[in-house]
Amino acid sequence: MIPGAFEYLRPKTLSDAIAMLATHGDEARPLAGGHSLIPMMKQRLASPSHLVDLAAIADLAVLREEPDGLVIGAMVTQRALLGSALVQVKAPLLIEAAQQIADPQIRALGTLGGNVANGDPGNDMPAVMMCLDATYMVQGPKGARQIKAREFYRGAYDTALAAGEIVTAIQVPVVAGQGVAYEKLKRKVGDYAVAAAAVALTLRSGEVTSCAIGLTNVAPTPLWAKDAAALLVGTRLEADAVKKAVAAAEAITDPAADGRGPADYRRKMAGIMLARALARAQQRAA
Amino acid sequence: MAKINVTMTVNGEEVSGLAEPRTLLVHFIRETLNLTGTHIGCETSHCGACTIDLDGVSVKSCTRFAVQAEGAQIRTIEGMAEANGTLHQLQESFRQMHGLQCGYCTPGMILRAWRLLQENPHPSEDDIRQGIAGNLCRCTGYQNIVKAIQHAAATLNGETIAEAAQ
Ligand SMILES: Cc1cc2nc3c(=O)[nH]c(=O)nc-3n(C[C@H](O)[C@H](O)[C@H](O)COP(=O)(O)OP(=O)(O)OC[C@H]3O[C@@H](n4cnc5c(N)ncnc54)[C@H](O)[C@@H]3O)c2cc1C
Ligand code: FES
Ligand code: FES
Repeated sequence: MIPGAFEYLRPKTLSDAIAMLATHGDEARPLAGGHSLIPMMKQRLASPSHLVDLAAIADLAVLREEPDGLVIGAMVTQRALLGSALVQVKAPLLIEAAQQIADPQIRALGTLGGNVANGDPGNDMPAVMMCLDATYMVQGPKGARQIKAREFYRGAYDTALAAGEIVTAIQVPVVAGQGVAYEKLKRKVGDYAVAAAAVALTLRSGEVTSCAIGLTNVAPTPLWAKDAAALLVGTRLEADAVKKAVAAAEAITDPAADGRGPADYRRKMAGIMLARALARAQQRAA
Repeated sequence: MAKINVTMTVNGEEVSGLAEPRTLLVHFIRETLNLTGTHIGCETSHCGACTIDLDGVSVKSCTRFAVQAEGAQIRTIEGMAEANGTLHQLQESFRQMHGLQCGYCTPGMILRAWRLLQENPHPSEDDIRQGIAGNLCRCTGYQNIVKAIQHAAATLNGETIAEAAQ
């Protein structure tokens, strides 16, 4: 399986990368870890004329805490996330999700930016970012802008990124006392989710004061289950309340029937992953 | 597409060759550098037979372009034994503990296990199983691969080995 021919470019600065993407137009693509793009190129599902490798751009490798939360450069790998004490403490949901992505070799190269920009509903980080209300920092020929993760995904492989735009960093809000969990059902290590759910909630004296839910691989896009989460605010996550939220979440899913199971099964599994994630997040909330 | 000259350090030696941008690193290693110890199982980033060590991490060389490895430090199975033929402890342990049958997955397993032990010299059984999760073996059922890695770790740590080969 050999990809089609392309020209390889390796800019050292972000402005050069943006200029290269602009010059070569629609058929040019950024290359990050390559662990979604290269498999697609081998199958000729993608045949870019130019690949703009982002690996040499130092600005894309940042990982720091700012007043608004963590700022994680697009080229930070899943492996680097797992090794970061800062992420461990400030954004443990990212750690839990990264641990469940693929295998050690793939995590060593696959990047956070590639994972969120790819637009495959099977990617785990998008639902996590929707759950945490992250913001994507984007730069393109027309300058810089910010896009909320919750407004980024439009369809399978269809995102809010305009031609020639690059995700430069992901800003993840840090919320003290938040309880989080990511529950993923998969057939085997290294597989994409049959269904998965991300939860972040806060409690006061046992009562839910805020709650957010993201769902992976149960629709053409990752899902932000806003209504389901709203049903839980003010409850103590009693069985009855959880049941209602699970039903509301299942109602917005639209899973594909494929090797991971029939649509009805995957919808139910989304509900079960959500119930489990809620229970674990509740235990962890301070 | 015009070929590009690519230079990298493989098993301690600087090497270079011409590659089309689309040439996969594993093909460059096998066909241009003639190091055929690195195997191709699936070519779809699933099996791990093509695992090499690249700039301090284990990677699947079928999912990397050779041009991306410009300037990289690479280790392949050919770089494990000493020049005089003395096997690396991991190779010796795989031999002693029957960690291979057909041997197809073995170069990838050994390179992955080597990096794992660099990062974690005292892995638990679970650490080992998680660590080789990206390497498939069709023959052994993994049991003896896990034992071989435990055996190598213990030997490298100067500990005595309770369990003998079965
Ligand atoms: C066997 C296997 C199993 C996997 N299992 C999982 C899994 O369970 N969960 C999961 O989430 N992922 C999984 N993946 C995918 C893996 O996590 C990829 O690494 C990830 O989807 C893409 O990141 P990348 O850095 O490799 O991006 P690339 O493959 O380089 O790029 C992906 C796409 O995003 C674009 N892109 C990349 N970076 C940017 C940027 N900064 N700005 C704009 N566009 C950009 C590229 O042009 C391309 O279209 C798996 C992959 C394999 C091979
Ligand atoms: S040949 Fe590379 S993972 Fe199978
Ligand atoms: S020994 Fe045959 S595939 Fe592992």
